[in-house]
Amino acid sequence: MVNTNLISLLAEGKPTFTDGGIAAEYTWLIVVLPFIAALIITFFGKYLPLKGAEIALATIAFIFAFSSYLLYLNVIEGVASEFYINVGSIGSFDLEFGWVVDGLSIMMYFVVGTVATLVFIYATNYMKGEVRYTFFFTSLTLFAGSMLVLVSSPTLLQLLIGWELVGVCSYLLIGHYWENKENSSAAMKAFITNKIADVGLMIGIIVLALSTGTMRISEILYQSTHDYQSLKSVAYLAGVLLFIGAMGKSAQFPLHVWLPDAMAGPTPVSALMHAATMVTAGVYLLARMFPFYQGMASQALDVVLLFGVVTLFAAGLIAIVQDDLKKVLAYSTVSQLGYMVAAIGSGAYTAALFHLWTHAFFKALLFLGAGSVIHAVHTNSMREMGGLRKEMPRTYITFIVGTIALAGLPPLAGFFSKDEILASLNHGGFSTYFAIAVAGAFITAFYMTRAVVLTFFGDYRGSGHPHESDTMMTTPLLVLAGFAVAAGWVNIPGVYTGFTDWVTTRKNPIIEYHPESFDYFALSSGLIAGLVGIGLAYYVYQILGKPEDGDQKIKIDSVWKLLENKYYLDDFYFKFIINPTKSTLANIVDKFNTNILDRTVNMFGIAASYLGNLVYEKFDQGGIDRALNASSSSTDALGARVKLLQTGKAQQYIMYFLSGVIVISLLILLVL
Amino acid sequence: MSVQPFLIAAAGLFSIGIYGILVRRNVVMVLLSIELILNAVNINFVVFDAMLRDAMLQGQIFTIFIITIAAAEVGIGLAIVLMLFRNRKTANINEFDLMKW
Amino acid sequence: MEIVTNNFEFLENGLGLSLVVFFPLVSAFIVAILPKKQELLIKLTALGSSLITFILSVIVAIQFDYSKAEQFQLGSKLSWIEAINSNYEIGIDGISLPLLLLSTFITVLAIIYSFEHLPEPKSPKGMMALILILETGMNGTFVALDLILFFVFFELVLLPMYFMIGIWGDKTMRSVAGLKNEVETRLYASIKFFVFTLFGSAFMLLGFLGLYFRGAKTFSIPELIELGTSGAFTGTFATLVFAVLFLGFAVKVPMWPLHTWLPDAHTAAPTVGSVLLAAILLKLGSYGFVRIALPILPEQAKAWAPAIAILSAIGIIYGSLACLAQTDLKRLIAFSSVGHMGFVMLGISSLTSIGINAAMIGMVAHGVITGLLFFLSGSMAHTYHTRDMGRLGGNMKLLPKTGALLGFTAMASLGLPGLAGFWGEFMALLGAYNPLPGLNIAIFRTSMVAGAIGTVLTAGYLLWMLQRVNLGEPNEEWKDKELHDADAYELAAWIPLVILTILIGVFPKLIFGSTNDAVISLVTKAFGG
Repeated sequence: MVNTNLISLLAEGKPTFTDGGIAAEYTWLIVVLPFIAALIITFFGKYLPLKGAEIALATIAFIFAFSSYLLYLNVIEGVASEFYINVGSIGSFDLEFGWVVDGLSIMMYFVVGTVATLVFIYATNYMKGEVRYTFFFTSLTLFAGSMLVLVSSPTLLQLLIGWELVGVCSYLLIGHYWENKENSSAAMKAFITNKIADVGLMIGIIVLALSTGTMRISEILYQSTHDYQSLKSVAYLAGVLLFIGAMGKSAQFPLHVWLPDAMAGPTPVSALMHAATMVTAGVYLLARMFPFYQGMASQALDVVLLFGVVTLFAAGLIAIVQDDLKKVLAYSTVSQLGYMVAAIGSGAYTAALFHLWTHAFFKALLFLGAGSVIHAVHTNSMREMGGLRKEMPRTYITFIVGTIALAGLPPLAGFFSKDEILASLNHGGFSTYFAIAVAGAFITAFYMTRAVVLTFFGDYRGSGHPHESDTMMTTPLLVLAGFAVAAGWVNIPGVYTGFTDWVTTRKNPIIEYHPESFDYFALSSGLIAGLVGIGLAYYVYQILGKPEDGDQKIKIDSVWKLLENKYYLDDFYFKFIINPTKSTLANIVDKFNTNILDRTVNMFGIAASYLGNLVYEKFDQGGIDRALNASSSSTDALGARVKLLQTGKAQQYIMYFLSGVIVISLLILLVL
Repeated sequence: MSVQPFLIAAAGLFSIGIYGILVRRNVVMVLLSIELILNAVNINFVVFDAMLRDAMLQGQIFTIFIITIAAAEVGIGLAIVLMLFRNRKTANINEFDLMKW
Repeated sequence: MEIVTNNFEFLENGLGLSLVVFFPLVSAFIVAILPKKQELLIKLTALGSSLITFILSVIVAIQFDYSKAEQFQLGSKLSWIEAINSNYEIGIDGISLPLLLLSTFITVLAIIYSFEHLPEPKSPKGMMALILILETGMNGTFVALDLILFFVFFELVLLPMYFMIGIWGDKTMRSVAGLKNEVETRLYASIKFFVFTLFGSAFMLLGFLGLYFRGAKTFSIPELIELGTSGAFTGTFATLVFAVLFLGFAVKVPMWPLHTWLPDAHTAAPTVGSVLLAAILLKLGSYGFVRIALPILPEQAKAWAPAIAILSAIGIIYGSLACLAQTDLKRLIAFSSVGHMGFVMLGISSLTSIGINAAMIGMVAHGVITGLLFFLSGSMAHTYHTRDMGRLGGNMKLLPKTGALLGFTAMASLGLPGLAGFWGEFMALLGAYNPLPGLNIAIFRTSMVAGAIGTVLTAGYLLWMLQRVNLGEPNEEWKDKELHDADAYELAAWIPLVILTILIGVFPKLIFGSTNDAVISLVTKAFGG
C-alpha cells in the first residue's frame, strides 16, 4: 500500500540528501495522531483531570519532538522523500494521499510543532474557566492535524483537503464564543471568504491535474521544468488561480477582510492560526509550487508580486488607526504576509520562507503578549490600557522584543528576514516595489511603537488592578522571545546560510537569487525606515504629551476616516455582493420558484382538474350520457304514442293489415 | 270456356267477405264473412285447376283441405264466441279489446 | 488451483439478489397480517427483516467479483412475460452495487429511527409495511436488467411514499400559488409528488416501448446496450426516445426546472419519508441515466450533454440561492438537494469516466449526508414543533448532541474535504473541465465555474443555517420547555451515517473500487473512451 517513491528523474534539486530513513517513513504519525487525539478528547476529555488539555499537550509535544528530530536530520544530512497511499482511482486518475518529508515541509512541521506547543501550554491557563474548554482543545488539536495534513501533502488533492480542514478549524475557533452573533458572523466571514478563494485554488488544481494527468506535486513540478506543452499552455491561468487560493488563506488584499474579524476568537487561536501557521498556508503553497511558477508561470509571479506589495502597504496603513490591540497585530500580520508574498513574487523563495519562519515566532509572541495584557485588563481597547510596563514586566519585556523583531532592528529575527526580502526586491530591479516595501517597513515600525506606547507607557486608563500573568503563560512568552531574537541567525548572508539549505532540500530544483553577502543599500534603507518609524512614533505618542492624545496630532481626517473604514472594502462587499446575493437574488429565485415554476406546475394541476370537470360535466354528463338518456326517453315517448294504435280491436287490425297490403301492392305495381 | 266470370264472382265474394269482416259488429257475422273469403279462394282453386287440367288435381284437393279446415275453424271460432258471449253477455265485436296492451 | 470455500454459493445465480429484492416485500405482508396490538413484535419483525436484507446485500457484495466489476454478476434470467419477450432478468455490476448497499443500509436505519419516532397517527404497522415495500421497489430498481421490470420497480416506490406523505405528513394548511383556498400541506405534497413523477415515468415507458420495437424486440438492458453501442438507434427516433427518457429520469433526480415537487414533498413528508426520499429515491433518476440512457443512446447523450450540463449548473446556483431565501429548515435542506444533485448530473453530463465516477460517489454521499440532515431536521422539528429558523436558535445549548451532529453534517454537506461530500463535488468539476472530446468545451467550463461558485453559495447557506439554528442564545420561548435531546434510537440511526461519511471521505476507494472499472467500461463502450 505504501510505496516509497524516489523518482530518480526528479532528483535534480540539492544533490546531497537522504531519504530520511525510518523517521521519514513514520512521519505519517504526526499527521494522524492529532486526529485520534481530537477524537479521544471529544469523547473522554471531560472526564480527565485537565479536561482533555493533557492529551492535546501530549500530542503536540510529540509533534514538536518528532519535528525537531526531523529538522535535526535535515540540518545534518538533508532529507527529501515522498510516500504515497492510493485511496482510489477514477478513470485514469489515481487519488493519492501521502506525506512528503523534505526541507520545506520539515521547516513547516517544526514551526507548527514549536508554536503550537507553546500556544497550547499558554492556552491551558488562558482559557481556564471559559466555556467549552474541552472543545477548544479538540479544535486546536484538530487544527494541528489539519495543518500537518496540508504541509505534508505530496499531492494537490491532499493539499486541498488540508487547506479546507484548517479553514473549518478556523471557523470553529473564531466562533468559539458563538453565543454572540458577532463572533459567529466573523467565523462565517472567514469561512466564506476563504471558500471564495478556494474556488480559485480548486479550479487551479483541476487545470493543473488535467493538463498534467497527475495530482502529484513533484510530477507537476517535473513537467513544469521540462517544457511540457500541455502544461505550458495553461501555466499562467493555473498560476493565477492557485494564487487566488493563496490570497484567501494568506489574507492578501482584497481578500484580507476576514483576518481582522477573525480576532473574535480567543487570543491563543489568533496567535497560532491567524498569525503563525494557518495564514502562512498560502505562502507555503506558493513556495511548494515555486518551481512551477519559475519554470512556466513567471508572468503569474508578476501578479503575485503586485498583490503582495499592495497588501503590505495597504494593510500596514490600516494598522495605524486601530484601537483594538489585536487588530493592530492582525493588520500587521496581513502586512507581513504581503512581504512574504511579494518575496515569492520577486522570485525569492528562501527569503519568503525565511520571513515566514521568523514571523511565526515573533508574531506568535506578540499575540500571546497581547493576550496576556487582555487577560489582565479584560478589554481589547488600547484606550483603556496604558502604563502596564510596571504591572506586567515580563509581558512588557517580551512584547518589546517582539516589537523590535517585527520592526526589523538588528540583531533580532525580523531584521534578517526583512532585509533579505528588500534585497531580493532590489536585486530584481523592482525599484517602485522596493520603495513601497521600505515605506512598509517604516509603517510597521510606526504602528508597533504606537501600540507599545499606548499599551505599556503613560498611565493606566482602565479600571481594576491588572497584574502579571502566571508562569504558565509567561514561560511561552519567554521561549518565543528567545526565538524572536535568535531565529534570524540561521540565515545570515556571508556568515551562516543554513536555512537556505534546509528549505531548498527538495526533489525539485530551486533556482533563485540568494544573496551571498548583505545588500547594504537595502539593509540601510530598511534599517533607517525602521528606526525613523520607531523614533517618530515614540516622539508623537510619548514625548509630545500623553500617549492617548497622539492620534490627534497626526490625524488627517479624510485619510483617517478612509483607513478606519478599511477602504470601505467591507461596505463594498456587503452592498454589492453579499446583500444582493443573499437578499435580492435569493428572493428573486425563491419568488421565481413559488410564483413562476410552482405556479406553472399548479396551473397544470388546476388546468387538469378544470379539464376533468369540463370533460365530466360537459362531455360525459352533458354529452354522451344525455344522448343515452335522451334516446331512452324518446323511445318511451314514441311508445306512448304508438301504443294508442293498438286498440285490441281485431277489425282495426285487419284494416291496417289490408291498408298495408294495398300500399305494398300498389308499390309493387307501380315500381315494378 | 272463359275463366273470367268465375274469377269475377270469386272476387265479388271475397270483397263481400272483407266488407263483412270490417263492418259487421256481430262476431258470428264476422265468422261467416271469413267463410265467404275462404269460399272465394276455393272457387279460384277449382277454376284454375279446371283451366290448367292438372292431372294430379291439386287445386281440387286443396279446396277439400280448405273446406275441412274451415269447418274446424268455425267449430273453434263458434266455441270461443259462445264462451265470450257467456262471460260478457254480448257478441258485439267492439266490446272485445282483450288484445289491447 | 486455488480452492475457495464459499459458504454462500447457494445465493449465486440470482437467488441472493432476488432475496434482497423480495424478502422485504414478504416481510411487509407478514407485518401486515400481524395483529395491530403487537407493536413491539411488528417493529422487531420489520427490523429483523431489514437487517437480514442488509446482511444478504453485504453477502452479495462479498461474493461480487470486483475484478470483473464491469460485468453483470450474480444475476439470473427467467422467463416472465413471454408475449412481449420481457424477462425476469436481474444482476449487479460495479455501478449498481454501492447504491444497492446504500438502499438496504438506509432502510435499516429508517426502521431503527421509526421505533420510537413516528408522527401522528402512530400506527407502526402501516409505516413499517410501507418502508419494507418501498425497499423492495428501491432494491428492485437497482438490480433490474429488464426495462419492464425496471419500470415496475421504478413505479412501485411511488405508492408507499405517496401514502407516507399523505398519512403521516404535515397537517398544517398552506397557501398554494394559483389556488384561492388553502390546502393541507400533506395532501398537496403527496399528490404533487405522485402525479409529477408519474407524468415523467409515463413518458419513460413510451421510450422503453420505442426501444423495444425499434430494437430487436427485447427489453433486456444488456442486449439493448449492445445494440445501442453498435449504433442501432439513430435519427429523430432516437432523439425522441432520449427526450422522453430524459423527462422520466430528470423529474426523479430532480433537475431544474422539474424540481418543484421536491421541496414540497420533503417539507410535508414525515422524517423517515424524507430520509428515504432524499437518500434513495432521488438516486433512481440519476441511476437511470447511467444505467439506461447513456449506454443505450450514446449519440443522443452526446447531443444532449451540453443541455444537461447547463441545466445542472442552473440547478446548482438556483438551488443554493433558493436556500438562502428559506425560513423553513426542512425546505432549505430540500433545496440543497437540488444543488447537490446538480453536481451529480454535471458529472454525468461530462460523459467521462471521471465525471460519472464523481456522480456515483456523489449519489452515495448525498444519500448518506442529506439522509442524515433530514433525520436531524426532522427530529428537531419534532422536538420544537416548528421548522421556522426564525424561532430556532441556540440549538447547541438546548440539544447539544443533535446540534453537534447538525454542525458536522452541514460541514459534510458543504463539501468539506475529508468527508464524503467533497469527492462528488470536486470530481464533478474535474470531469466538467475536460468533457468528452467533441462536446462543447466552453459550455462545460462555464458550467464548471458556475458549479464552483455554487460551492461558495452552498457554504454560505449552510453556515447561515448553522448560525440561525445552532448558534447564538436560545429563544425565550424555549426557556421553560422540556426538550429532549437525541435518544438511543436516534443515535443508533445517526452514528452509522456519521461514520460512513468519514470513511468515504477519507477512503473513497470504498466507492471507486467498485464503480471505476464499470464506469470506464461503460464510457469506453458507449463513447469510445
